[in-house]
Amino acid sequence: MNNALIFISFSVFTSLVSFLLDKQKTILGFKKGFKMFKNIVVPFLNILILVSLLLFIVPPQMIVKYLGAGSGAIGFAIAAVVGSITLIPGFISYPIASGLLKQGASYSTVAVFMTTLMMVGVVTLPLEIKYFGRRVAILRNLLNLFVAIIIGILIGIIL
Amino acid sequence: MTKKHFEKIKPYIWLASFAVFSVGSFWLGFDPGKTIYQSFTKSFIEMITFIPFLFIIVGLFDVWFPKEKIEKHIGKDSGIKGILMVVILAIFQAGPLYGAFPVAHILYKKGASIKNIFIYLGAFSTLKIPMLGIEIGYLGLKFTLARTLVALPLFIAIGYFMEWYLKNRNFKVNEV
Repeated sequence: MNNALIFISFSVFTSLVSFLLDKQKTILGFKKGFKMFKNIVVPFLNILILVSLLLFIVPPQMIVKYLGAGSGAIGFAIAAVVGSITLIPGFISYPIASGLLKQGASYSTVAVFMTTLMMVGVVTLPLEIKYFGRRVAILRNLLNLFVAIIIGILIGIIL
Repeated sequence: MTKKHFEKIKPYIWLASFAVFSVGSFWLGFDPGKTIYQSFTKSFIEMITFIPFLFIIVGLFDVWFPKEKIEKHIGKDSGIKGILMVVILAIFQAGPLYGAFPVAHILYKKGASIKNIFIYLGAFSTLKIPMLGIEIGYLGLKFTLARTLVALPLFIAIGYFMEWYLKNRNFKVNEV
């Protein structure tokens, strides 16, 4: 919540400065921003609905159970797949990750889980395709999955 | 109903079904439906606290910074300084990755290089300062530092790869 507040204050401050410098420009900027927001708000809401359904089907306790101590390479693989498909908001994913470590999950499993959550999004792919086109969106996700796996392995070696 | 009509209402079908489903769940006391709705409201609050503001910033950025200026700093011939600038731009933002796509469109419109657009997305997804703060709180400084230092060179590499691959392939970031 605090981070949102900082971000909101920053936006309000920037808008004020902009408004004082040039009223016309600021209004034009608001209009442009609003237009983009309007176009995207329904796809965003659809993603959130999908995420809520997924979180119900695969509850956090279940994730912890399958990725915890002794889950080894299979746990690592599940972490990569679950992380890639879902988009779990930060306020849920960090507690899950911390719970995983406490349950004895390896650093590499947690790292691959967090990194795929952040960088790969199958749920958001339809939206990403609208922006980048099918080929680029899929390529970006595949590359990021590959990189996330490398990050997981390297973290396991370092820590 | 014609196909054109269907395309127009298609995005709302999900939303409407979910609204009916939620109202029905509360009415009939269907617990899974209530749980799903509560989880939705949590994510919704997270989204609504930053997304509208993100678009204010994006809109203002668009009117205040002319293409020529941006292009000089993060365009095709911008080098290390350009990389540094997009990384700094990214780490001060908030929200999940889908919030970065509209910014990527603006960067594209302003003439950012392909490499820098993907480095921006990489830094946005893994290095945002507000998120790093939470990460340190939950997972510790050692983990956060290691993950960050390993991730940075790897997504810069993704930027170079994408630029090499997409150079002659008509790459663009659409306005949605």
